[in-house]
Amino acid sequence: MAQLHLPPVLPPLFPGLPRELEVEAATVNEAIDRLNERWPGVRDRLVQPGPELRPHINVYVDRERGGLDSSLEPASRVDVIAAISGG
Amino acid sequence: MSNSMLLVGTRKGLFVLESDDRRDWSVRGPYCESWPIYHAVLDRDSGTVFAAAASEWLGSAIWRSDDLGETWEHSSEGLGYPEGDNGLKLSKVSHVMPVHGRLLVGAESAGLFESTDGGKTFSLLTTFEGMEGREAWNDPAQQPPGHLGLSAIIPHPDEPGRFWVVIQGFSLFETNDGGQTWEPRNKGLRRDWPADYEEIGFCVHKVAPAADFERMFQQNHVGMHRSDDGGKTWTEITEGLPTEFGFAAATHPHDRDTFFVIPLDPGHGRTMPDGKAAVWRTRDAGSSWQRFDQGLPTKNAYVGVLRDGMAIDKQDEPGLYFGTSTGQLFASTDDGERWSQIGGLFPGITSVTVATVE
Repeated sequence: MAQLHLPPVLPPLFPGLPRELEVEAATVNEAIDRLNERWPGVRDRLVQPGPELRPHINVYVDRERGGLDSSLEPASRVDVIAAISGG
Repeated sequence: MSNSMLLVGTRKGLFVLESDDRRDWSVRGPYCESWPIYHAVLDRDSGTVFAAAASEWLGSAIWRSDDLGETWEHSSEGLGYPEGDNGLKLSKVSHVMPVHGRLLVGAESAGLFESTDGGKTFSLLTTFEGMEGREAWNDPAQQPPGHLGLSAIIPHPDEPGRFWVVIQGFSLFETNDGGQTWEPRNKGLRRDWPADYEEIGFCVHKVAPAADFERMFQQNHVGMHRSDDGGKTWTEITEGLPTEFGFAAATHPHDRDTFFVIPLDPGHGRTMPDGKAAVWRTRDAGSSWQRFDQGLPTKNAYVGVLRDGMAIDKQDEPGLYFGTSTGQLFASTDDGERWSQIGGLFPGITSVTVATVE
């Protein structure tokens, strides 16, 4: 099970969505799909048509910059980060 | 007792102001997780508040509240363009409007979406395929900064299939069949730039209909205009105003000859002329104009008001409201003659709408 760490801006949008949770997925894209099954709409917040990550959303897999296609190991840590940007 | 409710959309969320006397206002918010709000409106039939919002981080969504803003849900299901449709991308939802049981949403790139389940899911109604000018208004090189795409939806109160939309920088359009076919409604408007199309290419900022929907007023990039035939033809009525430029405007709900506008410096500053805030009013359909500034900042007031930044209620003595792009909110209950600042200091205001709730 991959450990998923979500940005603080996300849980307020989806009742019951925690900041940290475990998902069974082979890629980042699959992990987001698993999230979307339980909290419909999450995918739209992180992914734009393409599909590709939204411009200010970044994903790190085991501390390395990743993307939707990044592979996950059973014990991978996935950090989804909303960029520190804007004013 | 009736309460007045203002929905104030800002760069940092939606605020709800309420008052039972239109003097003392309570403030709630910010709502919608402080996403930038482009427009918000109360659907009087369902009692639902809808807000069009677009987060730089998390994308666009329509927010909805069934309890006047206490709790919220959001959805963007279906708010997107098909892959390969000339590469159209949805950067923001700009406008949301209940239209006789449907919820319509305007977006950038210019497109119109509808929801028939109260804002839970959406489907694309049109991107105006095949229409003259479409290639131009979807060309980023021809779009102003902060482009809104389809910036306004104006429903006819009695005819469900009839409404008008504005595509920013290009045209007012009318449909009489619910959005299947469209006619440009720009005859008589001025433009001071080269035109590639005869009927398209007019910078419509704001269209404000009178109660009969035959009389309409329009603040254009170049000039104030009036229509007496539901937008089919327009006559310029700028003479007497300090500038030809502005965004916000409102029509009196009980007097088709009375109209309010906030002229702005036409340069790129787009703030109150000479730093003196004022609202201008005509009582004779634009033949003459009067300036009012009592209660407004008349010195060093370099503030602007955006196209959805002004609203008027329908009470016997209407309340008139406007919010500035730097977050001040002003109100008048005497036809714009005296003003007071209400509510507090807000983030930059993009949208003000008003409703009377029982």
